Amino acid sequence: MPRKRVAILVSLVILMLVLSQCGTPKPKAFECTDALGCVDIAPGAPIHLVYMMVVTGPDESLGLDTKYGVEIAIADKGKVLGHDVQLTGEDTGCNAEGGQTAATKVAADKTVVAIVGTNCSSEARPAAPIITQAGLTMVSPSNTAPDLTLPEKHQAGYLRTAHNDKIQGAAMAKFAWEKLQVKKAATIHDGSLYADQLQQVFAEEFKKLGGTITAQEAVDPKDTDMKPVLARIAATQPELIYYPIFIAAGGFITSQARQVPGLENVYLSSADGTFSPDFVKAAGEACLGMYHSSPDFGAFGAGYQDFLKKYETKYGRKVMAPFHAHAYDATNMIFAAIEKVAVQDADGTLHIPRGALRAALFATKDFKGLTGNLTCSPTGDCADPKIAVYQMMSADPATWNPGSSPDSNPKKIWP
Amino acid sequence: MEMKTRFDWKAALNAGAVAGISALLICLVGMVASFGQRYIISGVLSIGHTLLLMNMILAGFIAVRRARYENRLFTLLSGALAGLVTSAMVAVVVLIGQYVNLRAVLINASTELYRLLTFGQNAFVGLAILLLIGAVLGLLTALVSLLPDYIRRAVVLAFAILLMFGLLRDLLRVMFEGWGPLGGLFLWMFPVAGGLSIPGVVFLLVVAAGISLLGSLLIGPKVCPSVKQWVGKQPRGGQLAVRLGVWALLAALALLAPRILGVYPSEVLNMVGLFALMGLGLNVVVGFCGLLDLGYVAFFAIGAYTVGVLTSPEISYSPHWPFWAALPVAMVAALLSGLILGIPVLNTRGDYLAIVTLGFGEITRLFFLSDWLRPYVGGAQGIQLIAPARIGGLLLTQPRELYYLILAGCLLVIFVSTRLKNSRLGRAWMAVREDEDVAQAMGIGLVNTKLLAFATGATFAGLSGALFATKLGSIYPHSFQLLYSIYVLCLLIVGGMGSIPGVLVGSLLLIGLPELLREFAEYRMLVYGAVLVFMMLTRPQGFLPAKPGTRRTGKEAEKSAP
Amino acid sequence: MLRRLLRRVTFTDIFMWLIGAALVAMVIYGTARTLIVGKYGPVEWLNMTISGLALGGIYALIALGYTLVYGILRMINFAHSEVFMSGPLTAYFVAEALDKHGLLDRSPVPSLLLIFLVSMAVSTGVAILLERIAYRPLRTAPRLVPLITSIGASFFLQYTFRGLFGSGVKGYPEPDWLKIKWCIRGTAMCITITQVLVIGCAVLMMAGLYFFVQWTKTGKSMRAVSEDKETAALMGIDVDRVIATTFAVGGALAGVAGVLYALLFRQVQFFMGFVPGIKAFTAAVLGGIGNIPGAMVGGLVLGIFESVGPNLFLDGLGIAAPYQLKDAIAFTMLVLILIFRPTGILGERLARKKA
Repeated sequence: MPRKRVAILVSLVILMLVLSQCGTPKPKAFECTDALGCVDIAPGAPIHLVYMMVVTGPDESLGLDTKYGVEIAIADKGKVLGHDVQLTGEDTGCNAEGGQTAATKVAADKTVVAIVGTNCSSEARPAAPIITQAGLTMVSPSNTAPDLTLPEKHQAGYLRTAHNDKIQGAAMAKFAWEKLQVKKAATIHDGSLYADQLQQVFAEEFKKLGGTITAQEAVDPKDTDMKPVLARIAATQPELIYYPIFIAAGGFITSQARQVPGLENVYLSSADGTFSPDFVKAAGEACLGMYHSSPDFGAFGAGYQDFLKKYETKYGRKVMAPFHAHAYDATNMIFAAIEKVAVQDADGTLHIPRGALRAALFATKDFKGLTGNLTCSPTGDCADPKIAVYQMMSADPATWNPGSSPDSNPKKIWP
Repeated sequence: MEMKTRFDWKAALNAGAVAGISALLICLVGMVASFGQRYIISGVLSIGHTLLLMNMILAGFIAVRRARYENRLFTLLSGALAGLVTSAMVAVVVLIGQYVNLRAVLINASTELYRLLTFGQNAFVGLAILLLIGAVLGLLTALVSLLPDYIRRAVVLAFAILLMFGLLRDLLRVMFEGWGPLGGLFLWMFPVAGGLSIPGVVFLLVVAAGISLLGSLLIGPKVCPSVKQWVGKQPRGGQLAVRLGVWALLAALALLAPRILGVYPSEVLNMVGLFALMGLGLNVVVGFCGLLDLGYVAFFAIGAYTVGVLTSPEISYSPHWPFWAALPVAMVAALLSGLILGIPVLNTRGDYLAIVTLGFGEITRLFFLSDWLRPYVGGAQGIQLIAPARIGGLLLTQPRELYYLILAGCLLVIFVSTRLKNSRLGRAWMAVREDEDVAQAMGIGLVNTKLLAFATGATFAGLSGALFATKLGSIYPHSFQLLYSIYVLCLLIVGGMGSIPGVLVGSLLLIGLPELLREFAEYRMLVYGAVLVFMMLTRPQGFLPAKPGTRRTGKEAEKSAP
Repeated sequence: MLRRLLRRVTFTDIFMWLIGAALVAMVIYGTARTLIVGKYGPVEWLNMTISGLALGGIYALIALGYTLVYGILRMINFAHSEVFMSGPLTAYFVAEALDKHGLLDRSPVPSLLLIFLVSMAVSTGVAILLERIAYRPLRTAPRLVPLITSIGASFFLQYTFRGLFGSGVKGYPEPDWLKIKWCIRGTAMCITITQVLVIGCAVLMMAGLYFFVQWTKTGKSMRAVSEDKETAALMGIDVDRVIATTFAVGGALAGVAGVLYALLFRQVQFFMGFVPGIKAFTAAVLGGIGNIPGAMVGGLVLGIFESVGPNLFLDGLGIAAPYQLKDAIAFTMLVLILIFRPTGILGERLARKKA
């Protein structure tokens, strides 16, 4: 009778569990007075850092790239206050539930000190409140949606080292108006937080400069046949199409745009979500001559070239997405904050008060990172943003090497 | 199966081949390499290796089941041979991989994998070890199958517990720590976040084997029926006492669970509860009434969005009601939408019904996602700042607090479901499920019955959606995809269709377990799919099927249907 | 007589007709407005229609797989979308290799044939394995059990292929000859070679299947088994073999559809089967499930509606970003058609059968 046996076993286990409730916790030598609690790290135990990134799926290049940035930062740092750093992580899938489930799991783990993540802005929306409520703090290397750091919507435990899209959208609008001299543009978003807000910023800035937005369309990220949407847009006769979305849908739009009558000579442009050799693979030859806005790698500090060398040696490939350096900076910011607030007590245990850690992160000022001088605003924007516009010079993903030299691909052409 | 006298090479080779394919798949899909560093026994046995070695055990198992021999030696030989074949298949691929770059096509055929498969030695030595281990494991499996029942059970249980402790290490750590003596025990067994220590392994094996042996002694076939008979022979008062005792224990468990289990398991139980609520609703539609609804998540969405729209300050025309005012409105909205869905599909049958309801589910999601309706329901950005439930001055926002809210919802729905099942309406539903035309001939109004089924199911889903919205505080259209309708249907069938405890079990297994095993997230769906197929092939009636008498298996009905 | 008619009509029938009429009225109104405003010229409409036909051809080929299996086993084979995915994902490597050696450019026809063959072989193999392992033991089980099994098999196959080949997107190579377009002189009315290839292949395979089912012995056995399994067995037909053949044929068609899809859209990845699978299933039901010409018609109709629909109706109704709702249109159309023809476009009007 398997059922009865299981019942008895289960009852025994339950009895054990209930009895054990009578145990008392060990007394601490260090009195934790922080409102959000402290993380206690025994001597020899590692400092637990967590990443919440998109490490699988069509946009895995974004997550893997930032993860590698974190790993290089950890390797460079070695030990923090005598403790190793242990990195574990959750895959978030670039959608809201992924962000929420990952955040819930991380929030329940009392050994976590800080979080580097998330990648996609749509993940941060549900994740940030959960992380904040658990007393933890997250520093995002690649969230760019403006409303994550709006005063009325900002969550107390959220910071980012990536630029705010208000700047990226405006940069592309300015580029289109001044350099390309287009007067009419159309946008496509994919329903995600990031894309929707970015194209909205672009549209507003473009209109402010005097241009007209002829169409604002939307597709589903899983859509494959973009020709009807493109036909719709073609009927409005734009001179530029801006689709700041992700790799899969972006690839389809790019490869099909030239096949739609009326769009043969239209400029195609996108943003950091498709700034990856995987996008070149997906879009094929149609991406030649396309424009991308992205962080300006040329403006990064001197350490960036060394970072690139370390990246290539360790992982055997070139950088895949725009935010590796931001992840590096985020990790180092966290280390600096830990060093500032951690307390070591007599028996060698390290205590990190969570509230103090959060305050220290927000107090980051003039932090010299790869991406520039980072100073955190009260609403979590830490970046020193410089956005550049690049043009795709070759459709061979193997030649991916963003920069401003003649053999760069894509090549920086503005400012 | 009759005993064979001659050695059946084919059976053994066959078994080895099947297990070999399984082993190759597991290796090439990446499971071995990913978990190569995640130790069950610190420094000795990783999960990756365990997965590999389990295939050889599988080979032995299949070989033994395919052919029974009178001669014990043959059994051992067939086990060993099967294990050897399995290893050989893996070895061949590794050998090929030394000369041909398999990685260009099969991305997980990496050097890390080869290293694991050759146990860190050079190719030939390592592969020889692999073959040897395969043969030995196959032999051991065959040996174990020959042992008397109680020893075999003890061995199996011991290793199962070992595996479980190794896999659920993180969960157990969260549960055990802070429990005084048990916390210390845990640390002794699991030094520093690695795998089990050797003394810990021995301890577990001994304890598990001990429990099993004890169990075999106490609860042998002789004792079990007599316990039941003994209870049956007691006077009514006594029987009632036993019943009450069991219910009291269950109630205590249910109420104490969040305290015992901790924050994250409570969160998991919350998700389990929400899906169980939906499952109970779908149980009414599919289980009681036989209407295959694949778009069930639409009602969930409507419940959630109603609460969102009515309580969130983000929506411009929202009246900013508190949660408790919005909850009944959400349920009514879901009920109405159930009716609206029900009417067009009254005349469609079976699989047509399935696709139409699927369509409705998708249409609802697309409407909530669209730019067109964004000013009203938030569009792709969803709705945030949904009001949390408030009892007195307490805001229910923590998983441990929300647990009780969801538990209350579940109990309510279980109560209503059970009452409906045993009511006239419930019997009308079951009549419709078995044969619509006969039911109509018997005077059951098809229209009303079906509409009521849809409406009831939708209301339960609406309740679940409302609780979901307040639990999360924000909702996005992406949370209401077709996949969730499928999850609910799966948990219903796996738990046992038409049976209410079945829904709870199904939810625990299919929602709770994957959440607990998030560590293995990348392969979660793969295992989920395999488990579904396996369950349907071995136990299609579900874990806790509805008692016979209230449900025919419907086999005759299916056979005569074209 | 009028009274008899009125008595047979129930309240729900009236309600449904009202809904149906309302939807049709909205469609007509939207269409009229769009055409009056004249935002799109005949060129655009034609291009959209051709685009829709190409997509519809692919849907039709996949739908045939669903409908064949349903006709024989009365089960929805959810895993068919993975059968569709497995072919082009595996054939990608062949295509890459051919491209690297320049064979794809130099000898297009043999290369293409090879790609098709590999894709068909893999898809057929997966389909047959599915039948053998997951469905055969469940022939006599109640209806929902094989459904859940197929769902489980679908997840399993998706993630197995993900594990084997990776989760990234793979782009099929673009040989020069794929970019050839034929345009009507002087206008922008063009059709690309890919679209011609897709539509042509689809029509060819559908015709081939029709002949196969109507005229060959195996085809007749398939029809017999789908009519009545027991009697067919009594007549000496090997039912197991016929069922396996049905799955194989469905798989082969899906393999062809997969390569056509890859040629049209270039990107393949492990999840690519899910959405086309649902759409194709919708198409099969639309045309009348179990009915082969129905699946073909359903697929083409669905493809055209998806391409042309949002622009045609929703634009006229003033809805912003209508393409987000194209799936909604497809399903609404399904509901509409099922209201007026409950067994699908070409489904037989049989007495109310229990399904």
